Amino acid sequence: MNLNPKSAKMLDYFASQMVKVSKPGIFWLAIATVFIIGGFYALIVQIVEGHIVTGMRDNVVWGIFIANFIFFIGISYAGALISGILHLLRVEWRTPIIRIAEIITVISTLIGPAYILLCMGRLDRLHHLALFGRIQSPIIWDVMAITTYLIGSIIFLYLASIRDLAALRDYPFKSKWRNKIYTILAIGFNGTPKQNRYLDRSLDIMSAIIIPLAILVHSVLAWIFGMTLRPGWHSTIFAPYFVVAAVFSGTGVLIIALWIFRKYYKLESYITKIHFNYLGIILMILGALYAYFTFSEYLTSWYGSETWEMEVLYKLFNPNEYWWWFFFAAIIGVVLPIIVILIPKFRNINSITAVSVIAVLALWVKRYLIIIPTLEAPLLPLQDMRPEYIHYTPTIIEWLLTFAGVALFCVLFFLFSKFMPILPVVKADEGNYAELRKTVLKRIVKEKMKETEIKESEKMKDL
Amino acid sequence: MEKGKNKQSRRKFISKTVPAALGAIGGVGLVAQSCNTTEEEEKVSLLTPDGQLVEVNKSSMQPVSPAEARKGIPGKQFVMVIDLSRCKNARKCVTKCQKMHDLPPEDEWIKVFLMQDSSDTAPYWFPKPCFHCNQPPCVKVCPVGATYKRTDGLVLVDNERCIGCKFCMTACPYSSRVFQWKEPKETNFADREYSPETSTPHKVGTVGKCDFCPDMIRQGKLPDCVSGCPNGVIFFGNKKEDIVSNGTESFRFSELIHDRAGYHFMAELGTEPNVYYLPPVDRLFDYEKGFNNLTDEQVEFYKKSIVKKH
Repeated sequence: MNLNPKSAKMLDYFASQMVKVSKPGIFWLAIATVFIIGGFYALIVQIVEGHIVTGMRDNVVWGIFIANFIFFIGISYAGALISGILHLLRVEWRTPIIRIAEIITVISTLIGPAYILLCMGRLDRLHHLALFGRIQSPIIWDVMAITTYLIGSIIFLYLASIRDLAALRDYPFKSKWRNKIYTILAIGFNGTPKQNRYLDRSLDIMSAIIIPLAILVHSVLAWIFGMTLRPGWHSTIFAPYFVVAAVFSGTGVLIIALWIFRKYYKLESYITKIHFNYLGIILMILGALYAYFTFSEYLTSWYGSETWEMEVLYKLFNPNEYWWWFFFAAIIGVVLPIIVILIPKFRNINSITAVSVIAVLALWVKRYLIIIPTLEAPLLPLQDMRPEYIHYTPTIIEWLLTFAGVALFCVLFFLFSKFMPILPVVKADEGNYAELRKTVLKRIVKEKMKETEIKESEKMKDL
Repeated sequence: MEKGKNKQSRRKFISKTVPAALGAIGGVGLVAQSCNTTEEEEKVSLLTPDGQLVEVNKSSMQPVSPAEARKGIPGKQFVMVIDLSRCKNARKCVTKCQKMHDLPPEDEWIKVFLMQDSSDTAPYWFPKPCFHCNQPPCVKVCPVGATYKRTDGLVLVDNERCIGCKFCMTACPYSSRVFQWKEPKETNFADREYSPETSTPHKVGTVGKCDFCPDMIRQGKLPDCVSGCPNGVIFFGNKKEDIVSNGTESFRFSELIHDRAGYHFMAELGTEPNVYYLPPVDRLFDYEKGFNNLTDEQVEFYKKSIVKKH
């Protein structure tokens, strides 16, 4: 493929980065590996001993595994919604961020469902879902939605990477295995006008498909809770509430990832303050929307003050139980990002990233607060002498598996950045197609003008 | 009142209802098996579908298979009536149930709650089995059909199919379900053939709950919580025959519910339970009697955790 000099230079830079790992890179990779090994150990313990090693018991049957599940599916929104919408709207500044966003989507959609599996008592019977699956169950909806979503987002990422894969195929790597893989993955793409036309069309279709699909996935997830007769869950706004919270956290993770890769690969000239500012403003708007949903949800259940709803609210607003967590998740995690991004004086790359970290942490806590307090407040009184059946505390096993998930997310992200440029190198209008279209357009305009000129001159003659 | 008229002996009740059911379900198979009987073994009389009385070995009455256990006993609609005016938290229903279902002391399929509707009203003891709802939220959400509703009204769990997702446990508004968090202890039930009708042996990572003891019903007996209760709190029977019994007394179900203002617990949830409660009026015992067999710590705990229902 013939690249323009700017892209060629960029490809050169990324290709050299892809074949080596810097010292800090090795350091962080080692730490992440330790966490992953820890998680692996915890997994074995849980499989051997049973779920007794977790903090889950008969009342709180779902713990931080489900919180992690919602969290990871939530951050997958970065690629699906942000990148999908920006693509469809043809937003100019999207180019350096969409690849990162799409990778977040794929990796988190891979890791998220693993937590559902960890929550299952009988992993050995997973095939029962296929053998005996019942369409009435929201879990089956969830399985279908997430599978479709995962495939969809992989296709989306792949389509958006084909141009770069073709460029990498033609790049002279020292080790030939890379070129072999890129050759297979590039499926003969050469940037011909026809190929470009098809690819652009497919990308448009995929980004249009991925948006409703993403909304559906998180809605189904919310319905798993919303369909039950539980205070704090049985709410009609749960689906849109989950969707908004998901995009909010997805944008936060996207900002954090941009910051890290910008630092690590020295991409200051590509990922600039503009990107952080624009994403920050999106984050701010979503934060406001999320705050509105939170307010609406808790105001209505508090004002109606049904006994069961109140029991959950008492837990959330009791300083001895969850109030400080709720304060962090619903107030600090929203107000702080809004203030910092709203006031231009506070707004810079580091501060936007810092508030994104806070927002993402707050959103994880919020997922915890959605699940645990409700399960700790069943409709019948909790008359159980065993303290662990009344109050849920995550065990070391659950924490190990949680951190392993985060570490795995980082490692997969890192490995991907060693396989593909983390920013799209080859522009969509590169190759021949767009130029061709421009020249064709110019020609048509010229011909029309000529035609009219001739006609007019003929008219003049007639006169 | 007319209650006396309806009183029947337990034997009569059983002899009326059970053999027909047994015959209808397992008759043919059991007849085939009965050829192998030896003289010493205990016999059970059964009525075959074509109206003949046969004797079969008691040991040949294996629990029904998981596939068979999905069908339900024809002509039955099982109901339970719990008379709150008689309960003093003797907890015999709990321990009998645990013995019957091979449960450790901490797992309770029937629980006894101390309830108080408001701060002005008197507390009362509230035994709560699974309600075997006609609109069961747990069955609705099960992704694999491991928990199911039968034609005779029972909601059972097939723990050979259960994947342990616990969705049913969050869906059940009555906290009726219990999870096997660890490998169950080895007991003499362990080599039993599994049936959803006996709910034993238990399997790690699956859900269990009160099953209304269909294996006992098939043998012509009442569920163990019913027969185990010293105060006759719990009545059990077939709604289609309009009769319920606690082992010593029997009542017309419709009259009992009508005369004693029977009600559904949390009827507003729309689950249509098959367990009815008779309000705690004209009580046989003061509720504090229920503290007798508890430790001071437990009493303290109960008093603290008592929660208003509405």
